[in-house]
Amino acid sequence: MAARPSPVKKAQRTLTWFVVIVLGLLAILGGGVLWGGASFVPKLALDLEGGTQIILAPQLESGQTVSQEQLDQSVAIIRQRVDATGVAEAEIATSGQNVVVSLPGVPDEATMERLEASAKLEFRPVLTWDAASSTPAPSPSATPAPNEGDESAEAEELTEGDEPAEAEQPEQTAEPSTPPTPTDASDYAWITEELFDEFTNFTCDSVDEATLSVAPSDKPLITCDDTLTIKYLLGPVDKNEASGALLTGEHITDATADLVMSSTGVSTGRWGVTITFDEAGTQLFTEVSRRLFAFPTNDPRNQFAVVLDGKVITAPTMNALIPDGKPQITGNFTQETAKVLADQLKFGALPIGFTVLTQDTISATLGTSQLESGLLAGAIGLVLVVVYSLFQYRTLGLVTVASLTMAAVITYLLISILSWREGYRLSLAGVAGLIVAIGITADSFIVYFERIRDELRDGRGLESAVEAGWKRALRTIFASDTVNFLAAAILFILAVGNVQGFALTLGLTTLVDLLVVTMFTHPLLQLLAKTRFFGDGHRLSGLDPKALGAVYRGRAQFREPVAVGATKRAKSSKEAARRQTIAERKAAEADSRGERKDG
Amino acid sequence: MRSFAQFGNDLYTGKLSFNFVGRRVLWYSIAIALIIVAVVGTIGRGGFAFGIEFTGGSQFTVSDVAEQDQSIAQNAVATVVPGAVTRIAVIGGDTLRIQTDQLTNRESDDVRDALAQAYNVNSSDVDASFVGATWGQDITSSAIRALIIFLVLAGVVMAIYFRTWKMSLAAMIALLHDLAITAGAYGVFGFEVTPAAMIGFLTILGYSLYDTVVVFDKIRENTSEDGGGLTRTFAESVNLAVNQTLVRSINTSVVAILPVGSILFIGSVLLGAGTLRDIALALFIGMLVGTYSTIFIAAPVYAHLRQNEPELKKQEARIVASRKASATN
Repeated sequence: MAARPSPVKKAQRTLTWFVVIVLGLLAILGGGVLWGGASFVPKLALDLEGGTQIILAPQLESGQTVSQEQLDQSVAIIRQRVDATGVAEAEIATSGQNVVVSLPGVPDEATMERLEASAKLEFRPVLTWDAASSTPAPSPSATPAPNEGDESAEAEELTEGDEPAEAEQPEQTAEPSTPPTPTDASDYAWITEELFDEFTNFTCDSVDEATLSVAPSDKPLITCDDTLTIKYLLGPVDKNEASGALLTGEHITDATADLVMSSTGVSTGRWGVTITFDEAGTQLFTEVSRRLFAFPTNDPRNQFAVVLDGKVITAPTMNALIPDGKPQITGNFTQETAKVLADQLKFGALPIGFTVLTQDTISATLGTSQLESGLLAGAIGLVLVVVYSLFQYRTLGLVTVASLTMAAVITYLLISILSWREGYRLSLAGVAGLIVAIGITADSFIVYFERIRDELRDGRGLESAVEAGWKRALRTIFASDTVNFLAAAILFILAVGNVQGFALTLGLTTLVDLLVVTMFTHPLLQLLAKTRFFGDGHRLSGLDPKALGAVYRGRAQFREPVAVGATKRAKSSKEAARRQTIAERKAAEADSRGERKDG
Repeated sequence: MRSFAQFGNDLYTGKLSFNFVGRRVLWYSIAIALIIVAVVGTIGRGGFAFGIEFTGGSQFTVSDVAEQDQSIAQNAVATVVPGAVTRIAVIGGDTLRIQTDQLTNRESDDVRDALAQAYNVNSSDVDASFVGATWGQDITSSAIRALIIFLVLAGVVMAIYFRTWKMSLAAMIALLHDLAITAGAYGVFGFEVTPAAMIGFLTILGYSLYDTVVVFDKIRENTSEDGGGLTRTFAESVNLAVNQTLVRSINTSVVAILPVGSILFIGSVLLGAGTLRDIALALFIGMLVGTYSTIFIAAPVYAHLRQNEPELKKQEARIVASRKASATN
């Protein structure tokens, strides 16, 4: 025993390291505050700060799966879209298959609309349209006129010259006697008798958004515009037979709201939206414009519909042949409506459709009151734990208090650092995890103290009781903390949202618990055991051997090895060794080597 | 205090001993009875009361209301959506939470305005939320997956640590007992099952096993020390370990329950329904049951599982014989 460093030296060294670790964490955070934009206060999640959380779920056609790549792309697009609304500090993340959008404060309607329009954007030629009249009109002024506002758009590229493509016979009856194979997306042959019946009986209140946004792109589509006043019968999405490319939002590289120039290059003071297609899109759109431009302007088939999430957001007429992939949509736009449409076109180009799963708004007042209550509950809980510890363990309880304080400081620093580096936000569930951790952390000290008391009861002196008790306690603490950490880790990996925040604080505090009990509580007790107050077992120290009954009986009574004969001992150790852990074996060796004499 | 220390001493020496292991039939019967009550009670009440996160719907919170008359809200909702089923709760001192079936966006806006008008607050003080029915299912399915994986991994970890799968099995049986009874408390008393309650529920997994591991570690220590010893039978060693750790169990559960209890109290009094209260309620029940089951279920089951091992039977026979011998002497 003399060969090993004395417990006091070891304790001092360990405590020094502990202080270094705490100061190191403090320095990291302090440096972050000074130079890295960190804050000494951890960032709060929505439920504490107030704000809105929107969870979007991908809408998939049956059998379709969503890849991580597609999700990442969607997150990027949604992020762009949110940023475009000027909302600061929005957070967009994936959670399983879902996309979670967190916005501070309460988003205005425009922001919500843009988010909810997290959609699949397609271009479909219009076959025919009609007023959505079958419902009793809510207001008699509702006119069936489609050519209002955004609807009356004209394409402005004036590069006429090519011969119109072969003119088709518009079949106004829309009921071909024999169903011929449609030759292109604008072909009336798409309209079967059945489909036309469906269209006639279609009302805009029966619009089922969920099915619309997953409508197959190679079939005609019956839908309404986004104000539900006009119903459309649309052809399938144009497709390049050779490459398989579809005329969808993916091919839009840009869409901007800008002032319309007249042919002489002078601003007309009117707003329009210019779309820029990529190469494949340009090719497709050129064909479409050629085909649609060939129809007379009063033919619905002259219009092409921009379909967002299955709903028509605009259906301008084709006023020119547009071969350069840069159509401009004009009409009665204001700067704002033009910008909304441009954003819809640009950011509506998601690879998959999304639907709002939940939208949860928490006002800043409610958030603050939840945080305050949480902190209050934590404070009360902590005070109760301190009082109980002092009651049960007298002065030793102060060690519990000091250790809990250390654990709290380290946890606070770690959470602040996580919040700075990883963008972690403390949620109410996280706070609950911290409060629950008070009990589990304090339990480590209780287990340790009880082991020391057990050793005292066996008649050991305090210093040796601390060492022996520690060896046994550490094993128990390590085993039980492992189970707890396992639970936290599994929850963190597998669970979603709130559960994760909770699991993170629980796992974190388990690790902090191990750190504090090994590097702070134990060395502190080693040092305290040297003091007269504890070493002599003062009545108030909580480690009074008399109060613990050590005097009333000899230690041999329960610690049998001394009393048991050598042969019997060898026999019993066989079974014992079979069940021993490595740590225990080492402990047993140490026991027989040195500490026996302490007894 | 003096008496509590004395209590601990007597438990340690064996002077005072509760026969936890020997009276296992009684504990088993209580556990089975409780589980039957839990199952029958839950079914009798028509299953669990799932929160809006599981059923889907719209939710409004009105902050800073002067009057807490809930019929005002009822009427306000009815003007917009006649015949709507509403559930109203007071959160905090001055906030009302109104839950309805799922509303359309337009209805939702109208209800918001109607509520603001009815309670004479700004419409910005009325928050509208919308919860899809699949949200709760997502959480549940991920929770169940987590549960299964955790059970398997924790079982393996414990079997390796304790060198016997019987301890794992005993701990798992106690854990299932805890989960069944905690869930039963929700079913029987009709507490609302929310995602926050699920979080609390999942934490019980960790806590219950944590508590069992601490006691089992002492059992392992005691039973390995007198592996071939003559003083105590295996069951007696297990029982002694439980008694010796009883003070720890009491102290730990008090220390763990105090913060949870204060969340529960503060959560219910100051906040009313909400995340804090829901987590705390599940934990409060689960921790009490978890501590109880370690002592009354896990340890007796472990002793029970091993009682038929030939070596331990031989040992017991030897001890009984030597006791008889010393009695006749």
